[in-house]
Amino acid sequence: MPDLLLELFSEEIPARMQAKAADDLRRMVTDRLVAEGLVYEGAKAFVTPRRLALTVHGIPARQSDLKTERKGPKIGAPDAAVQGFLKATGLDEATIQRDPKGDFYVALIEKPGRPTLDVLADILPVIVRTFPWPKSMRWGERSAKSGALTWVRPLHSIIATFGPETEEPEIVKFSIDGIEAGQTTFGHRFLAPSAISVRRFEDYEAKLKAAKVVLDPQARKDIILADAKQLAFAQGFELVEDQVLLDEVSGLVEWPVVLMGSFDQEFLSIPGEVIRATIRNNQKCFVVSDPKDSDKNPDKTGKLTNKFILTANIEATDGGKAIIAGNERVIRARLSDAKFFYESDLKTKLEDRLPKFENIVFHEKLGTQGERIKRIERLAAEIAPLVGADVEKTKRAAHLAKADLLTEVVGEFPELQGLMGKYYALAQGEDASVAAASEEHYKPQGPADRVPTDRVSVAVALADKMDTLVGFWAIDEKPTGSKDPYALRRAALGVIRLIAENTIRLPILKAAQSAILGLPEKGAKYPAADAQKLPGDLLSFFADRLKVQLRDQGARHDLVDAVFALGGQDDLLMVVRRVEALGKFLDTDDGKNLLAGTKRASNILSIEEKKDKRSFDGAPDPTLYKLDEEKALAKAIDQVKSEAGAAVAKEDFAAAMSAMAKLRPAVDAFFDKVKVNDDEPNVRENRLKLLNEIRAATRAVADFSKIEG
Amino acid sequence: MPGHDDGHWLPIALIPLATADTVPRAQNPLARPILPMDELPAHMRPERSFQGFILALQRFWAEQGCVILQPYDMEMGAGTFHPATTLRALGPKPWRAAYVQPSRRPKDGRYGKNPNRMQHYYQYQVIMKPSPPNLQELYLKSLAAIGLDSSLHDIRFVEDDWESPTLGAWGLGWECWCDGMEVSQFTYFQQVAGVECAPVAGELTYGMERLACYLQGVDHVMDLNFNGREGVDKVTYGDVFLQAEQEYSLHNFEHSDSEMLFKQFVMAEEACKKYLAAGWKSGSNQKEHLMALPAYDQCIKASHVFNLLDARGVISVTERQSYIGRVRDLAKACGEAWVHTEAGRAS
Repeated sequence: MPDLLLELFSEEIPARMQAKAADDLRRMVTDRLVAEGLVYEGAKAFVTPRRLALTVHGIPARQSDLKTERKGPKIGAPDAAVQGFLKATGLDEATIQRDPKGDFYVALIEKPGRPTLDVLADILPVIVRTFPWPKSMRWGERSAKSGALTWVRPLHSIIATFGPETEEPEIVKFSIDGIEAGQTTFGHRFLAPSAISVRRFEDYEAKLKAAKVVLDPQARKDIILADAKQLAFAQGFELVEDQVLLDEVSGLVEWPVVLMGSFDQEFLSIPGEVIRATIRNNQKCFVVSDPKDSDKNPDKTGKLTNKFILTANIEATDGGKAIIAGNERVIRARLSDAKFFYESDLKTKLEDRLPKFENIVFHEKLGTQGERIKRIERLAAEIAPLVGADVEKTKRAAHLAKADLLTEVVGEFPELQGLMGKYYALAQGEDASVAAASEEHYKPQGPADRVPTDRVSVAVALADKMDTLVGFWAIDEKPTGSKDPYALRRAALGVIRLIAENTIRLPILKAAQSAILGLPEKGAKYPAADAQKLPGDLLSFFADRLKVQLRDQGARHDLVDAVFALGGQDDLLMVVRRVEALGKFLDTDDGKNLLAGTKRASNILSIEEKKDKRSFDGAPDPTLYKLDEEKALAKAIDQVKSEAGAAVAKEDFAAAMSAMAKLRPAVDAFFDKVKVNDDEPNVRENRLKLLNEIRAATRAVADFSKIEG
Repeated sequence: MPGHDDGHWLPIALIPLATADTVPRAQNPLARPILPMDELPAHMRPERSFQGFILALQRFWAEQGCVILQPYDMEMGAGTFHPATTLRALGPKPWRAAYVQPSRRPKDGRYGKNPNRMQHYYQYQVIMKPSPPNLQELYLKSLAAIGLDSSLHDIRFVEDDWESPTLGAWGLGWECWCDGMEVSQFTYFQQVAGVECAPVAGELTYGMERLACYLQGVDHVMDLNFNGREGVDKVTYGDVFLQAEQEYSLHNFEHSDSEMLFKQFVMAEEACKKYLAAGWKSGSNQKEHLMALPAYDQCIKASHVFNLLDARGVISVTERQSYIGRVRDLAKACGEAWVHTEAGRAS
């Protein structure tokens, strides 16, 4: 069966957009083919800085003919209806038949399949015109007209050929904004810029390779990685691998040529992270270290060496000498800047930077950064005893944690915030825990990030995040839909993970109340009533985050609601424990049946409560029990209540669940033998009260009515 | 280029230059090719002299049909502010221009101590409307014209989306890298002064000092050879500009008169609005503006005054946004006026 080759040749496509673009192209073309009834055998997309390419193989040469039957009006229906049916189906009377089963008109509609070449000529221009680039642009003379083609950068040519392996393929004939699809492309911008005529994917890929273009991004990555490792190894070093950088660099070259350069030893006095950030972010080069294997090389430290690895896009006529020299120059200048920044940062103590924070607005309504630091300090000191952190160290850590934001190095490389604080704190002789908190208090930054364990860091991290959450809640800047500009969801998840993974008892409502007290009165535009409501609102936000987290872990998230529905649950660690125990319990037969029984009790109750417009709370009257099953249930409830209550008081939720399990036989037997809606009203009322007791008893661990299933 | 001994090479090269300079130009200025670099006297070669480098670019872009303009006679932060770019980028009429623009960024002053940061530097600006289909090739040829050989050097187009909040402008393009160094910016303007570009103009901006340092193999901008001469005749960039960098840094950071500048900002803002209001021609059935350029001068003025105030550290973070917004409003109003002028409209 025939294959399709498509290439969209343009000016340089931003590296970060390339992988998704290749994916989008494959998806869009194959989806459209399938929608047109053209099922293909395989498809693969490729991308280089200058081209997006796609091969789809095994596409039928034409669509199959489509036959459909459509039922029309009854025989003998008014003529207008029959005429309308004919008009709608586009048929004349002759092709109408009687339905064998009855008296209806049936239209047989035959749609002959079109040649795939024609279908492609229709769908490809639409795909190009609707391609989802994150940002696209107009260019050239045609941009003066409305409806001009937009693309990520100017599009220069299109290859679109279609045909079977054995024959000369045909060109898919279409043109977009003056660009005629054909079979011509161009080689490497500098090494082989001439036009190349291609027929199908196989010769396309091969001819490009001959013209110094490696089409497959993965192949370029493999080349860069292998060559970089080899270059480093040859000199007794090790490449510091960096997947994100590799992805980017492979998107900047069509013909990767890996070269190694060096910089002055003296720059190794700068922290390795700063060197790496300088070389990586600004120059898109890899750094190199001494091998870490200390057995074989006891003198090797695993530290950075004064080498870097660059990926050029050309085979230079001088073997790359000028390119290396040029890159060395730039890296030298960049590292001198970094070294200057680092050394001048060291001259100022972190605390001496704090006054400047008084002039930096954190948020218009939430005051300055200086005020925020003071709030975090106060809150962290309050949290410290709860998490087992030294109060004085925590205060000091919170005092200094943000100070590096105004250092030169962090100004240059914002991603080094915190880390530089740690270096500067250690350099000025701070306690190790205090210094570590500069870096650690930002953590965890996401679900995959590490959670700090040092108690000082934990306290500052919790205070930082609680202040952020309460602050933005107070000024009503909560996340909505996909918008969460202040990363509040991340902050809440951070709090949950800090608490759960460090087994910390922190009453969220109280912590939130305390955080509110610190907010600036002049800026906080919230009425006092809201301040009363805020901690509760925030708590349900935590509940939502916890649900999302559990769902992502594949755990039952509906149990979170069942636990929060109990009210007063602001100890997230206990909530998590309860949810875990409940989940295990509900996996057992006892759990499932008790849930079913409890739900049944709840359903009956809510129906009867509605009917009688009253609730059935209050203790049942033992003298009204008529059946053994009633008495047995009442007894079981009493026993379970006290056992489960005691277990919950000891925070032993597994034991509480085991106690609950004892309720199950009594509940099952009750529903088996006892008719709740007895004819005697007082017996009925008493039985409903007993049902209410089941519900009440289970509430020792969770609100079962909130559990799904 | 390589292999010449300067001492011997100089007099030989002068002869063909003299011939080329007199005879063909007089006969047919258009037929005259760009001077191959080997024929230039040493002191004019782009890798030897800052001014030679500028002249090489002037010559190259003149050959591409650009009008070679002189710098705009006002202080501005970048070549883009020149009305030949900001305003001429708008409207349907074709436009090709190139010029050097001294650019002032008061905040970037370092008292002449930083090897590549200054409060005053040169940008070389090329604007072509509509953007020609071979603009990338032209750009690469211009690099060849200044001595950057693409078979030796690694030239790359790295994503850089350009946005000017003060001009209400944005475009897509790249930073152009040569051996890992950003040497130019390449932008396809999509919107300028709040007006959609139709057609789109292509803009090239060369960082002159940085490129010259690279060509001359010099690490500190002040060490650049300005006039390409050696010995007693040599004039360096530092000879020309070091004192200015020191004086202006002192002025920009420590002594500029904030009170006066705040007033000047408001004056420029008001004047701009006044001229814009007065410029609309009444009585004609076609909407027409007669004073877009003088009004735009005041916008440039306000922008520079804002930069001075910003460098002085007297504008808070929140105020900053509002000042930028005020300049942008002026720029947009000027753009709107411009597209109703002779040069800015369709006919």
